Amino acid sequence: MNALEVAASVRDGATSALEVVAESLERVAARNEELNVFIHLDPEGALAAARRVDERVAAGERLPLAGVPVALKDNLCVRGQPTTAGSRILADWRPPYDATVVERLAGAGAVALGKANMDEFAMGSSTETSAYGPTRNPLDPSRVPGGSSGGSAAAVAAQMVPVALGSDTGGSIRQPAALCGLVGVKPTYGLVSRYGLIAFASSLDQIGPFAATVAEAALVLEVIAGHDPRDTTSLPEAAPDLVGHLDDGVAGRRVGLCRELVEGADPEVVAAVERAAEALARAGATLEEVSIPELKLGLSAYYLIAPAEASSNLARYDGVRYGLRVDGPDVEAMNVATRTAGFGDEVKRRIMLGTYALSAGYYDAYYGQALKVRTRMIEAFARAYARVDTLLGATAPSVAFALGAKTKDPLAMYLSDVFTIPTNLAGEAALSVPFGTGEGGLPIGVQLLGPARSEVRLFAAARVLEAEAGR
Amino acid sequence: MSLPEGWEMVVGLEVHTELLTATKLFCGCANAFGAEPNTQTCPVCLGLPGSLPVLNRRAVELAMAIGLALHATVSASTFHRKNYFYPDMPKDFQISQYDRPINTGGYLDLPDGSRVGIERAHLEEDTGKSTHLGGTGRIQGAELSLVDYNRSGVPLVEIVSAPDMRSAAQARAYAAELRGILIATGASDGRMEEGSMRIDANVSVHRVGEPFGTRCELKNLNSLRSLQRAIDYEAERQFALVAAGGVVRQETRHWDEDRGVTSTMRSKEEADDYRYFQEPDLVDLVPEPAWVEAVRAGIGPLPAARRARLAALLTEPTPAQLDAVGTVVDLGVEGFVEAAVAQGVEADRAIARAANELAGDASERSGLTQEAFAATLQLEQAGELSATQAKTVLSTLARTGGDPAAVARDLGFERMAAGELDELIDRLIGEHPDEWGRYREGDDKLAQFFTGQVMRATRGQADGKAVLDLLRVRRGR
Repeated sequence: MNALEVAASVRDGATSALEVVAESLERVAARNEELNVFIHLDPEGALAAARRVDERVAAGERLPLAGVPVALKDNLCVRGQPTTAGSRILADWRPPYDATVVERLAGAGAVALGKANMDEFAMGSSTETSAYGPTRNPLDPSRVPGGSSGGSAAAVAAQMVPVALGSDTGGSIRQPAALCGLVGVKPTYGLVSRYGLIAFASSLDQIGPFAATVAEAALVLEVIAGHDPRDTTSLPEAAPDLVGHLDDGVAGRRVGLCRELVEGADPEVVAAVERAAEALARAGATLEEVSIPELKLGLSAYYLIAPAEASSNLARYDGVRYGLRVDGPDVEAMNVATRTAGFGDEVKRRIMLGTYALSAGYYDAYYGQALKVRTRMIEAFARAYARVDTLLGATAPSVAFALGAKTKDPLAMYLSDVFTIPTNLAGEAALSVPFGTGEGGLPIGVQLLGPARSEVRLFAAARVLEAEAGR
Repeated sequence: MSLPEGWEMVVGLEVHTELLTATKLFCGCANAFGAEPNTQTCPVCLGLPGSLPVLNRRAVELAMAIGLALHATVSASTFHRKNYFYPDMPKDFQISQYDRPINTGGYLDLPDGSRVGIERAHLEEDTGKSTHLGGTGRIQGAELSLVDYNRSGVPLVEIVSAPDMRSAAQARAYAAELRGILIATGASDGRMEEGSMRIDANVSVHRVGEPFGTRCELKNLNSLRSLQRAIDYEAERQFALVAAGGVVRQETRHWDEDRGVTSTMRSKEEADDYRYFQEPDLVDLVPEPAWVEAVRAGIGPLPAARRARLAALLTEPTPAQLDAVGTVVDLGVEGFVEAAVAQGVEADRAIARAANELAGDASERSGLTQEAFAATLQLEQAGELSATQAKTVLSTLARTGGDPAAVARDLGFERMAAGELDELIDRLIGEHPDEWGRYREGDDKLAQFFTGQVMRATRGQADGKAVLDLLRVRRGR
């Protein structure tokens, strides 16, 4: 049952939230050991929350997500529940507050089952850097689900929950969505409040939904989007009406097939993108080939900006106030021992990269230069969007790869995000929608990109592709 | 102290002031001194994972008010992160302003007529407060460190002067004048002892006409007096070093109030690389011109203008009278002076009494109204009360309140009948012929003896000045 059907039948009284959640928990129990999707489950809490939803429905409340079970990426703060960001350094930490998105989901009647696995502090593209072991791809457990929001993607792909939340700093929602055959959305920067999202790179992080269908993703995004006074960078406006425009189609829209967003992808991925372009053209869009050479600079700029911000954001994990503490003879030794034991290799690598990029004497050459590239990229996107409404490209260079295939080679892993990173640098919107399959019958995702606040059009275009793919 | 002819010290001050906002700079926690440790905290000021800062509008207004009072330019500004590890800083970075501060380029005119340039006055958040137990009281070698995060995130403005001061006394005058402005704008209570105003001094020495010397930064200056002492000590230390052929090293030095010396805290080589970068969790701060003007219009009269207004009540004021004017303004008690003058009290008398009798915390003289102050001084001016009696009445009113005439009566202060004092002095001279003889021969100390005798006999009702006059008249005969 998808989220829309669940919510409708709970609202109608055809089923209860309690039944839905109990069933959902059974599906989790059946495969969680094998796939390592949830690293913390709260069955009693979820059942209690489901009962409260049933009471609210009985009291006449119309809840858009009544009784819909959800998985939350483990970097979203939930009051009193373990929230580790996939790191050993936060192994025992329980936040005293809820993230804004967690409040909004609960307000809409959704029921969180627990916390989904992720790459440590969202640094990774395969969910293999988690301190709690890798998550496996439900479609082929020998392969990764992508990352960093791999647990959230796998929870939906394994049909444990109809929808889940992830966070996307350089592709961490879109890439796992592609690898797991799901719709995954990176909203415009500021559309969704980051309050309660454990920061990786604050200027790039954005929370978004995973779902099997475009309509479910649209509904979840509508619930979590909209201004939040607790996040100064949140956009001033209320959530857009996405669901109401899902069937707007693409007639008259100009779609740009972007060369740099397919270059280097596997041929089967390139072919899928080309078929998607044809499908959009058949639906009435004008098609155009577009080249934005600046996008090639994205990866380098990203691997300076994101680690720089991370080096500062992760400084607070020092053993003084919460989380892991490894004692030492003095406070500095304690800081070092705690961080040495608490962080994994990838996190340490990025902290060092970022610290270096910001250091006196290197700032201008590295971080400063990356900011200039970022500005050029924003300008280049703006020029492209003066000609076309939407850009089309690949989400990831390949279908899901085998566990361990890239863990020894960080640069190869970083290339998994080469098509998704530019959108984060520009603060714009993009989503991945499944379109065809490749090697081993594994899903391929195509990416639709638009300027800031273009979600309505992106969802309508995604709906066209989804219909073309037969769903 | 003075350096040898041809040498001078160069001083610049960095003043941190806590702002008198109801809440902290980036969250809704109370900004109040003295609460139980760690009771005024939340996820934001504890820097918990996932928390985000939201800028306090009132803090921005007070920061602008400080800048405008210092003739600075208010501009669009940004926030940066200053990164370094320290247990009392929950995020291990401080949100501060860096290359685009809210206020730039102003000046402050001192009472002696000199002008000190203001380079910038920027907003930043305070850290928590550490207490180190065991060892030397510093973090190194401490057995245990406790941190109170109530202060974490309290709004601060850092006011950086140009290196325009040339003596410790001038630096002190600058700090005092700045303190007056901070209080007058409502930005701060200016309490150095509670740490709501904290001063660091940059000091160097050089031969006049040559480039500035290498500077040292002095910390732990907890009063205006220690500021002045520390700067003098440091300038002498640097001069002695240079005169002996040595070189001043750029470093941060700690002032030891008890020993009266400065000592090395850390050298420039040990200084942190703060890795400043723009705070991505905050947007640019761009004050609307109308908002800036509203803040400007809301700034009350500043100390210099208030001193000028009071001084204008005096004809050809003496330096001592101008000092008293300064004290009255520092105390913020011009209202008492004006009330008294409106009742016909001489300005000189009103200013002197206000400067001397209204010191201390206003809460400790809550019983004394401006009207009662004026009425008491009227009684004194009319000769109904001696100066000593008037002061006693004022201090009694401060504690208990009430009507000055009634208080004076209760204290037994009655006007002495004409001639009564003459008779008393003649009688005392008769009773103490030896003392009188010595006084007549020029031993002025004996005047105190006779005054004391008169005061004892009259229970303090006599006017000390009148007694002295009568004694002098008799000695002259």
